[in-house]
Amino acid sequence: MKKEESKILNKTLPKSPTGIQGFDEITGGGLPTGRPTLICGGAGCGKTLFGMEFLIRGATQFNEPGVFMSFEETNEELTKNVASLGFDLEYLVKHKKIALDHVHIERSEIDDTGEYDLEGLFVRLGYAIDSIGAKRVVLDTIESLFAGLPNQLILRAELRRLFRWLKVKGVTAIITGERGEETLTRQGLEEYVSDCVIILDHRVTEQNSTRRLRVVKYRGSMHGTNEYPFLIDENGFSILPVTSLGLKHQISNERISSGITALDNMLEGKGYYRGSTVLISGTAGVGKTSVAAHFAEAACKRGERVLYFCFEESPNQLMRNMLSIGIKLEPWVKKGLLQFQATRPTFYGLEMHLAATHKAVNEFKPSIVILDPINTFTMGEKDIEVKIMLMRIVDYLKSNQITALFTNLNSNGGILEQTDVGISSLIDTWLLLRDIELSGERNRGMYVLKSRGMAHSNQIREFILTDHGVELREVYVGASGVLTGSARIAQEANENAELLTRKQDIEQKKREIERKRKALEAQIATLQTDFESEESEAIKMIKTEQDTIKRLEQDKIKMAESRKAKTEKNTVKKLKK
Amino acid sequence: MNGGIIMKEKKTKAKSSTEKFDQTISGSEKEKYILRLYVTGKTFRSTMAITNLKKICDEYLEGQYDLEVIDLYKKPSLAKDEQIIAAPTLIKKLPLPFRRIIGDMSDKEKVLMGLDLVKIKGL
Repeated sequence: MKKEESKILNKTLPKSPTGIQGFDEITGGGLPTGRPTLICGGAGCGKTLFGMEFLIRGATQFNEPGVFMSFEETNEELTKNVASLGFDLEYLVKHKKIALDHVHIERSEIDDTGEYDLEGLFVRLGYAIDSIGAKRVVLDTIESLFAGLPNQLILRAELRRLFRWLKVKGVTAIITGERGEETLTRQGLEEYVSDCVIILDHRVTEQNSTRRLRVVKYRGSMHGTNEYPFLIDENGFSILPVTSLGLKHQISNERISSGITALDNMLEGKGYYRGSTVLISGTAGVGKTSVAAHFAEAACKRGERVLYFCFEESPNQLMRNMLSIGIKLEPWVKKGLLQFQATRPTFYGLEMHLAATHKAVNEFKPSIVILDPINTFTMGEKDIEVKIMLMRIVDYLKSNQITALFTNLNSNGGILEQTDVGISSLIDTWLLLRDIELSGERNRGMYVLKSRGMAHSNQIREFILTDHGVELREVYVGASGVLTGSARIAQEANENAELLTRKQDIEQKKREIERKRKALEAQIATLQTDFESEESEAIKMIKTEQDTIKRLEQDKIKMAESRKAKTEKNTVKKLKK
Repeated sequence: MNGGIIMKEKKTKAKSSTEKFDQTISGSEKEKYILRLYVTGKTFRSTMAITNLKKICDEYLEGQYDLEVIDLYKKPSLAKDEQIIAAPTLIKKLPLPFRRIIGDMSDKEKVLMGLDLVKIKGL
């Protein structure tokens, strides 16, 4: 979309890229080619540097030589000043890429004796332009002429002529001007230079300074109208347009452990995505730093480099505190895998923080960056700036495949599911730590508020800090609601007791049955014995009876034998029947 | 066109007079004025400045000055070297203090003040 837009624009209005980071993006390509641009702002807001960088980048990156006409600083001063930003002006001058001309005006040396014009300046500028074939010109700060030369009427007419002349020359020019009280510039230069006007600002709020840039006017072109914070670091200007947040990061499917097994389990058992942005938010003292330290330790154990920005604690204090929960960070610092960067957020302005972050990340080349905590920035700054800064950091880290972990302290009474700096939309995985107050106790709970691209757990876990690190326990969820801490323990004890009772009941019942069974068996045994004795008695009786019968018969036979009766055989037969 | 001719005439006259000065009054205790007038082409202001300056010099510094008129269009590099912005610019190199006088030299009093000649007149 953006590219197409700028293509269309380029057809109507050619633009000269400045090469200044972020600026070409908010202006859709740079400054208007062949036209003068006015840059105004108060003292020390970076006007000269902007102009100088425009020229240097033009000469080095776009092969457009440039003339720098300075009305304030001498050539030596300029060379020295930009050398601190890594630009070798001397080299460029020697190779005819840049021409420097310091215009020295001493009011006390000048007497006016009638009408004059600025033709001398025209000749001078024209000569400088022609000598190197310049395409770009910077006049810094031409308003000094008003202090040095008499007769303002002539001067104004001549300046008007100068800007027209610059247009005819076809050079892309930057004219700087001091900010006036009611006008954009002290001498109202905006009346003459009307193609493009940019304001640089250097504001101090709550003892912190922030630089801002705004495109007031850009004739014939669309441009961002916001105020954009910018910073000046050793790489020169860097403007932070929100719109430059390209969402074209390389993404990774690799997962890395959070250092807490139970937390990994909540995140599909694998942990965070590499290159994602993790936010841990919660109220004071819920253990945000501990989670961060776990992550750092785990990364170091894998042999990865971790850059830890601590904004509230000194590294030593943090290491000592983490030692109390069994996380040893010091060995990793000694090994060079873990680096701490400790600065108070109020130490310098936002842009410097951003610059410092960039610099540290560039130098250390970590795979994990931790910012602990981010909301301290809001103390002195407005939310939107902090958000832009963090956005920029997130953007930068993501494009470098660096996993970022931020902690955020929720102010009391604030909405938990909202960070103070409102960056939730930038966050991929958001863990929320909250305190749960119950039965005179304050316990910690943790849950995954969101985690893009994974089926994360929806459970609240109780978060316990032990001497061997963070532990996550399942909270008691029962008839009496969610219980944590000693309430959970009491509840668990209750349940155990109940279980015990039930178990005892069962035992008792079992014993009873056993007893009953035994009684019954005893009864059966008695009956059996009774029966057996009766039976044996009966058998005995039967035997006795049979014996008696036998005996009687034998007696009969004996009697018959003794009588020698012939009926002996018949009687026997009858008995047998 | 006329202006151009006048300028040329004045220029030659000026040079000849300085030569004369050098020849006749060398070793004089009187301070020698070294003046450079930078103009831009043959504009009205340029010619005005040349004419006016010549008049003043002849009146107050007869035989005591070295005036050179330089056209910046022909020697544009001088504009930077001599720190010239306005045209015409008269630079008094000697005697010290160094001074710049800009404009068409029509304000005679100011030119004299710039050349430190008011005092001489007063004395």
